[in-house]
Amino acid sequence: MKYLSMSTLLSVAAIAAAAPALGQEEQKVMAVSIPAATHGWTGGVVYHAEAAAAEIREAFPNIDVVVNTSPSAIAQVGALEDLQASRDPDALVILPFTSEELTGPVETVKDAGTFITVVDRGLTDPRIQDLYVAGDNIAVGANTANWLSEQLGGEGDVVVLRGIPTVIDDERIQGFQDALEGTNINILDIQYANWNRDEAFNLMQDYLAKYSHIDAVWANDDDMLLGVLEAIDQAGRDDIKFALGANGMVDIVEMVRAGDPRTPISTPYPPSMIKTAMYLTAANLNGQAPVRGEVILDAPLITIDNAEEFYFPDSPF
Amino acid sequence: MGVLINPDFLSATNVSNVLTRSTFVAIIAVGATFVISSGGLDLSVGAMTAFVAGIMIMFMNALVPSLEANAIIAGIGLVICVGALCGLFNGLIVTIGRIEPFIVTLGTMGIFRAFITFMSNGGTIPIDRSLRDPFRPIYFGEVLGIPIPIVICAIVAGIGAFILYKTKYGRRCAAVGANEEVARFSGISVARIRTTAFVIQGICVAIAAVCYVPRLGAATPTTGLLWELQVITAVVIGGTALRGGKGHIWGTIAGAVILEMIANLMVLSDFISEYLVAAVQGVIIIVAMLIQRFSRRS
Repeated sequence: MKYLSMSTLLSVAAIAAAAPALGQEEQKVMAVSIPAATHGWTGGVVYHAEAAAAEIREAFPNIDVVVNTSPSAIAQVGALEDLQASRDPDALVILPFTSEELTGPVETVKDAGTFITVVDRGLTDPRIQDLYVAGDNIAVGANTANWLSEQLGGEGDVVVLRGIPTVIDDERIQGFQDALEGTNINILDIQYANWNRDEAFNLMQDYLAKYSHIDAVWANDDDMLLGVLEAIDQAGRDDIKFALGANGMVDIVEMVRAGDPRTPISTPYPPSMIKTAMYLTAANLNGQAPVRGEVILDAPLITIDNAEEFYFPDSPF
Repeated sequence: MGVLINPDFLSATNVSNVLTRSTFVAIIAVGATFVISSGGLDLSVGAMTAFVAGIMIMFMNALVPSLEANAIIAGIGLVICVGALCGLFNGLIVTIGRIEPFIVTLGTMGIFRAFITFMSNGGTIPIDRSLRDPFRPIYFGEVLGIPIPIVICAIVAGIGAFILYKTKYGRRCAAVGANEEVARFSGISVARIRTTAFVIQGICVAIAAVCYVPRLGAATPTTGLLWELQVITAVVIGGTALRGGKGHIWGTIAGAVILEMIANLMVLSDFISEYLVAAVQGVIIIVAMLIQRFSRRS
């Protein structure tokens, strides 16, 4: 697996953007198929995909970008068939709803000679993709755990809120637990709140009733963290030194920028990765920049020093 | 039994948390008791809560510059009207369009959910910062030591019980649910009774939204997700027959509290894998229904 840093990526994109059409005036179609905005993170994906589409159309007049959102895996399969039939895309950037169900349909698109970029959730058969762009969920958990361990001096009691039972959630939790191994930090409890702010509020209230002393809370998504913070404030508990999330939601990045003592960091699993994928695909279509491979965006800590870089005030997430 | 699992279960804070949390579903379920006892069903309530909460927030935010904190009162007035209209919309399609309520509200569930997602761009609709403090007490405040949502819920249930048990409308509601033909031959306007039940449901949804918005200060596309199932479960646990004909308001309230209590106990207990929590909840609900069924027969 090849790891590229953010700066390498940006320079690739910059070169691609700077290189004009290189004499190819042939009209090309980039189809983008993503889940519809049903919650915060996918809302961010849609926002960044639309922004990238506008920017790419501007930079490369001969690339037509078609962004299509689907509310379910079945709908996404239908959308792929429609895209193929109506637009015959030269490249497809897809964030699959589910790996198993989308693998076959994407393979059909690939067989027609389309360049395939897969984002976030992989397909069951990785040979189908030409390019894979994703975040590092293990690092999301591990980087948070390492920071927490350092701040707590290697000991304390923490509670964890899980998302929905999926690979993404499992990896984050695994990264977190593995990083805490060998320390004296004790995970008191771990339950599902389904990446839902209301359920996180309820669950945190229950945790607070169950444990009289908690040093820190980790909700593996910032949407849940907002519910957690509300429950802690209501209970007036001051034993909780840190309440941390992940994903780099705009509200939480604001707290980090403001130097909030309870939420001084977040870790990005940025919905803007769709933009990275679309830029690279455009580079491949037009800049003669070969981009085949795997790009795993790291999950560095968002701190007061670098928060500006992860702050998208207009994004819905 | 709860105390055996965890002594904190009966602590004042925990009991108050659980009761306060259960009020959203309880208030909506009061309306659902009318719809279900009149032989209908409303699957759109969860999405409708999110939609009317979103409308309320956008309206209040727009009024803040001119009305300041009074925007909250205007928002409450508006949301009750919008809720009633949503209910009227459901009711009219069911009665005038003569379509199964299950299908109509399945359709409007999708419509309301899409609207809130569109309004929020898939993200969050937060209330204006200046409204946060004046609005917070509606969820977090207390009257005589009782959390305000519980007071509101008790009032809604009291009015609901009065209408259902003591008024002509309430008796007709049950009559329509028990046997539509007989009700029609006795001169009852079935369409009007059913439509009114959906309007009552819409108003209850709006009242629940008023309690909900100050809790987290925002509406999102995941607001009220799957509440329709919790509401129906609460109504049925409470002793109302799903096929209509009779309704029990206080049973419904108890059902909503029991549902929330089961969820709370699952978190407080340490015996069950987090993967199996939902299964245990399901088993408890089914066992509770079976006990109810057999104790009634004997």
